Amino acid sequence: MANVNIKVNGKSVTRDVQDNTLLVDFLREDLRLTGTHVGCDTSQCGACVVHVDGKSIKSCTALAASMDGAEVTTIEGLANGGLHPMQVAFNDNHGLQCGFCTPGMIMSGVDMVNRYKADGRELTADAIRHELEGNICRCTGYHNIVKSIQDAAAKM
Amino acid sequence: MSTKIGDRVKRSEDKRFTTGKGNYTDDIRVDNQAYAAFVRSPHAHANVKAIDASAAAAMDGVIAVLNGAELTGDGIGNIICGWAVSSKDGSPMNMGAWSALATQKVRYVGDAVAVVIAETQALARIAAETVDVSYEELPAVVYVDKALADGAPQVHDNAPGNQIFDWEIGDAAATDAALEGAAHITEMNITNNRLSPNPMEPRAAIATYNDAEDHYTLHTTSQNPHLARLVLSAFYNVAPEHKLRVIAPDVGGGFGAKIYIYPEEIVCLWASMKTNRSVKWTSDRSEAFMTDAHGRDHVTNAKMGFDADGKIVGFKVDTVANLGAYMSLFSSAVPTYLYGTLMSGQYDMANIHCNVRTAYTNTVPVDAYRGAGRPEATYLIERMMETAARELGLDPAELRRRNFIQSFPHQTPVILAYDAGDFPKLLDMAQNNADVAGFADRKAEAASRGKLRGLGYSTFIEACGLAPSAAAGSLGAGVGLWESAEVRMNPVGSIEVMTGSHSHGQGHETTFAQVVADRFDIPIEGVKIVHGDTDKVQFGMGTYGSRSAPVGLSAVVKAMDKVEAKIRKLAAHTLEASEDDLVFEGGAVKVAGTDKQMLWHEVGLAAYMAHNLPEGMEPGMKETAFFDPVNFSFPSATFICEVEVDPETGTTEIVQFTSADDFGTIINPLIVEGQVHGGVAQGVGQALLEQVIYDDAGQLLTGSYMDYTMPRADDLPFFTVDHHATPSPNNPLGVKGCGEAGAIGAPPAVINAITDAIGNNDLAMPATPLNVWRAIQVTHSAAAE
Repeated sequence: MANVNIKVNGKSVTRDVQDNTLLVDFLREDLRLTGTHVGCDTSQCGACVVHVDGKSIKSCTALAASMDGAEVTTIEGLANGGLHPMQVAFNDNHGLQCGFCTPGMIMSGVDMVNRYKADGRELTADAIRHELEGNICRCTGYHNIVKSIQDAAAKM
Repeated sequence: MSTKIGDRVKRSEDKRFTTGKGNYTDDIRVDNQAYAAFVRSPHAHANVKAIDASAAAAMDGVIAVLNGAELTGDGIGNIICGWAVSSKDGSPMNMGAWSALATQKVRYVGDAVAVVIAETQALARIAAETVDVSYEELPAVVYVDKALADGAPQVHDNAPGNQIFDWEIGDAAATDAALEGAAHITEMNITNNRLSPNPMEPRAAIATYNDAEDHYTLHTTSQNPHLARLVLSAFYNVAPEHKLRVIAPDVGGGFGAKIYIYPEEIVCLWASMKTNRSVKWTSDRSEAFMTDAHGRDHVTNAKMGFDADGKIVGFKVDTVANLGAYMSLFSSAVPTYLYGTLMSGQYDMANIHCNVRTAYTNTVPVDAYRGAGRPEATYLIERMMETAARELGLDPAELRRRNFIQSFPHQTPVILAYDAGDFPKLLDMAQNNADVAGFADRKAEAASRGKLRGLGYSTFIEACGLAPSAAAGSLGAGVGLWESAEVRMNPVGSIEVMTGSHSHGQGHETTFAQVVADRFDIPIEGVKIVHGDTDKVQFGMGTYGSRSAPVGLSAVVKAMDKVEAKIRKLAAHTLEASEDDLVFEGGAVKVAGTDKQMLWHEVGLAAYMAHNLPEGMEPGMKETAFFDPVNFSFPSATFICEVEVDPETGTTEIVQFTSADDFGTIINPLIVEGQVHGGVAQGVGQALLEQVIYDDAGQLLTGSYMDYTMPRADDLPFFTVDHHATPSPNNPLGVKGCGEAGAIGAPPAVINAITDAIGNNDLAMPATPLNVWRAIQVTHSAAAE
């Protein structure tokens, strides 16, 4: 058991968690933030991506107990009311169909745009496709996901 | 922004999905729910001698451990295949008994023998590991040709030699005679590789038995909640229909895998009754690989005969298809009526014969997966055509042109009569968009960089919009394949459409609303689409087989016809005008050429307040329609794939993928393009990356994403999608459906391109770098000799 104090989407929460509780299960079951999804069991699909202290991580491969003092942003907390440009872009460009991989795609999209901007690197379509290696989509064929991220990048 | 048929309307459902507010089954929590974990066989084939659940039952937090004897003892029925296919000799298919929890025998790795119900998911899984099952292992058989060979281990006692049925279509004698006289015969042995559908949302179920009302509720990741309710009540005896509510909320992809009613849903419902608790089960991905129905898995020998002008004179196909350890719900129809009937492709063939034998093996049951039978047919035909062209020294497009069907309707020798199409136009369009003329230069440029470029075609047709009920019934279907819709105007004019179709990614909440908004010229925001709940929506057959537009929307149109007729009568009466002078315009019903009108909400109020209705008119405004298609619909397309192969590593880059599609009328091009993108991606996955692999003992080697390769963003290019519509004459909107086309047509285009690039036609799917590299070495060795 560990007692953790985590800031999730701007709100501080203090909880006792089992040592082996995954961050994704803590978010989904304890905090009832079900927008972060579980799509696999080998850390490949990316449906679970969240931001921890500004970096995108796979919450299926992180322990809640290791998050004491961390700031976590989930898909629910991406925008403060209204919609984040990435969320708008996914709608504008039909970047989702069933929606299951979408929170992870959006979180990964925001992260890569921020990183490339900070590094002064151009986020080309090829770069986006490479950066999406850890996010699997079965519905869209990625065509409109890449377009969505390109669109948002120009507006962020 | 315009929201008419043909407009690129953005999806209203995106708001909840992009903000993490989707309502998928695992997101739902029922008060005091318990959790199920299944005890599954680690052996591919074994007798179950004993189950010792004492350790599990004694664990704190374990509510119950239940087994197959208790399940069948309570009268829960065996799982059925709902399509009766007979053998050539008239004997019925050999359907082996399939209990949701195995009683005496397990027949594949993953076959469930018991279930643990516990207070938490973690506890249930830990307890499941302590259940001690004594198995007597039996020899297993995995490959379909081995299963049908003499001396193979018997999977079911009532299927001698593991044969389920031996079926044929077409005319064997005429086809043999035609081949005898052929100037040229192309012969190929082709395997269609076994796949796992892998929607990103794993399957899940929450079953709640309410003993005070003797009523069950099932939340399930289903493509067809009403079909689930029917089968669960009529065949599995879980509950009578009127005491069972099935809800399929947001569902994260299906692709066929979520059509079937699996052991897990049956057991959760039954266990909920036994324990008087809600029971929730969520698959993890490894469990999905060994329980979700697999797809494809055919081995075929085929011969296509040509005359001296390159015209097809006959096509003979001999296929063995693996149905796995048990017959899944639609499994018999996939390699027969969804396969053999497509053997004419886009070509005018006088003589066809297709023989299909299906077999049991000790593997996961196989059933429909995006395309269901049509990818297998298309892969065969289009590899044969490309190969024949190479053998005949003809351009592959030219060989196709010589054989295209040119007039419609066209009756094929294999039951289907195609309604409309323009195959030469699609080929022209694709060749133009793919700049085929410039390919030789691109190939030379690539060669200068040490790379091999290739071009591959796939010109294909599919039968979808399942299906005319009488025809389906005569071919053995246990159900009709019509669709239902209720169009309901509310008192203040908003519209709800209750549709038997289900959206698990297809965007019906937007596209169906578009059709209604277009019809009545009302704002799309005033239209809501309701689906997925058997308490809200009358019986419908669900979504699969590219049927939501041709069948589902047709039912909506028929219901709207009835609503329009009633509105005309009501408005004519209210406005003292003639019905024929009324137009639906700008959110109102107007008398043409005057300023007399009823605003939309006034129509609703008039109908529901009923203060001044025409003589004999009932109050209210809602109408129901059931649409039974008179024929399948027949989308067609040309795909052209251009690849660049690195001979050092065997890696294939798809540099261009061009499609020219005929889907008939297009409701929303944004959605249709998305379906093509996604379908092509799955087709590319089959061609380059995916394969379910078992070892000889029946152990599933590709049991997770560590070993089963899913297409990633950098495996795929941007796609070029273009359309030319020849509307279907068989439904009011002229739509044909588009959901499966990409998965059906892409694999042969890719393999045709790679074999063109490397100069070796002997290449199987998946064309992994290793397989391609090996094929290149063979070419080099041959060249060196």
